[in-house]
Amino acid sequence: MKLTDISSDINEWFGGPGPLADVVISSRIRLARNLAGYKFLSHCSTTEKSEILRKLKEALMSLELGDKTFYISVDKASALDRNFLVERHLISRHHAFSKGPRGAVIAQREFFTAMINEEDHLRIQLLKGGLQLSQCAEQINRIDDMIEANVDYAFSPRYGYLTACPTNLGTGIRVSVMLHLPALKMTGQTEKFFNATKDMNLAVRGLFGEGTEAAGDFYQLSNQVTLGISESDIVSQFQDAVIPEIVEYENSARNQLLSKDSDVLDDKISRAMALLKNAHLISSQEALFLLSHLRLGINMHEHMGASTPAIESLCALSRQDDDADNPQGVSITTINRLFMLTLPAHLQLNYGKPLDPTHRDALRAKIIRSALNQDT
Amino acid sequence: MQCQICQKNEATIHLTEITNGARTEMHLCEHCAQEEGIAVKSQISLNELLSSLLAVQPADDELSGDSEQKSSCPHCGFTLEQFRKEPVLGCPYDYEVFEKSLLPLIEKAHAGNSRHCGKVPSKTPADTKKQIELMRLRQQLETAVEAEDYETAAELRDKIDKLNSE
Repeated sequence: MKLTDISSDINEWFGGPGPLADVVISSRIRLARNLAGYKFLSHCSTTEKSEILRKLKEALMSLELGDKTFYISVDKASALDRNFLVERHLISRHHAFSKGPRGAVIAQREFFTAMINEEDHLRIQLLKGGLQLSQCAEQINRIDDMIEANVDYAFSPRYGYLTACPTNLGTGIRVSVMLHLPALKMTGQTEKFFNATKDMNLAVRGLFGEGTEAAGDFYQLSNQVTLGISESDIVSQFQDAVIPEIVEYENSARNQLLSKDSDVLDDKISRAMALLKNAHLISSQEALFLLSHLRLGINMHEHMGASTPAIESLCALSRQDDDADNPQGVSITTINRLFMLTLPAHLQLNYGKPLDPTHRDALRAKIIRSALNQDT
Repeated sequence: MQCQICQKNEATIHLTEITNGARTEMHLCEHCAQEEGIAVKSQISLNELLSSLLAVQPADDELSGDSEQKSSCPHCGFTLEQFRKEPVLGCPYDYEVFEKSLLPLIEKAHAGNSRHCGKVPSKTPADTKKQIELMRLRQQLETAVEAEDYETAAELRDKIDKLNSE
């Protein structure tokens, strides 16, 4: 398995057809675990780290996941490959750029990843498109049980699963949902969203996790409290209360744009189209920012039947040849593909070699132009 | 809803005060709330929180003559001094060895909680599993009582009694 086998297409969960997928991009659950009888990684020698890696790799590669798995030796991978895995949300930035023996076991369809020797000995994650946290929870729990049959986890009856950082203690669970909230931004209501999340002890991060800016109106929302509350309570809080409420906020902002501020909406969509169809150099930040507006327009058309002049002309853009399911125009799949395939490491991996920033910006602009100007 | 003070911005802070049975409500925007001296909790990183919590501890410990601050873990050599630089522990035993110093910040990071009530590895002895399940049920009972959901509370009470008598 080579990374170029997956780099030319988007993965299943990104922009997949899951529930509420027009606002909720993906659902992710990760569990942090450590082996009993070993120190945490900050105090392990290289030999100990190699031993942990060997043990966990063996346990993980023998799992029956219903999909092929492949192993990547992260410490030996090139910087480009590591950046690609981060863009793909398969490993964390921390895992990509820390030191020492470490690796990742990845299911070929990319719904499951295990990071070995990240901050904890083991971090396993399950990803699905749309709002599907209960399904993620159920699957990751089963996988966790299978791993535990072969290894002993560090566990205390009082504190639960023992983690390197006390902030993950207890369940070791991190539930995160990636949201696309362009209408809240356009109507100046993101503050409302941030305040609501603060009150609920939730963290908001950008597209690529900790320390990243919210690019293209994408936000990741996750729990902070992991101790003294059960996994199922955390999951149902998100699945049944928090997320539906935020989706409702976003949808009412979309309605508000249609009924009161359709000029604002049309201006953003038309400008985004004009730039994306004509630019010859485009940075990845700018692409995310502009594609976000197209994504909003298409979703409003498909899910709310919106038809303003800009949305009409967006939908009338010539269709992609490979996009048979939507004969009327540019589809959400086209836009989702552009989001992912124009990220810096994706661009370079698919091009076949590293490119300097200006050449990247030119290649990105070319890919977007040709996707949006098919017949013109 | 508009801010009651500036009548311009969206009110995002809603205060309800009950004094001697009389209820007053206030709806303010973040800016006016700050002007009024109503603190708005801002999001700070957990790492920052952890190190700031530890930073204030030495004073208390000097008073109590606690040796935890200076000692190192017999299993991994970890010290609290190291934790201040990077908020990760050295080995699972540190939770026990440095319990006194770590507990306040564990509680702070987890909304006041200090006991696990989630998943238990299947290899754990049955008695430990039972204790954790009891913890979880008691907590649910508390939530149900707070929400005045007495039907659920009664069901939970029965479950707890049943588990206790097993």
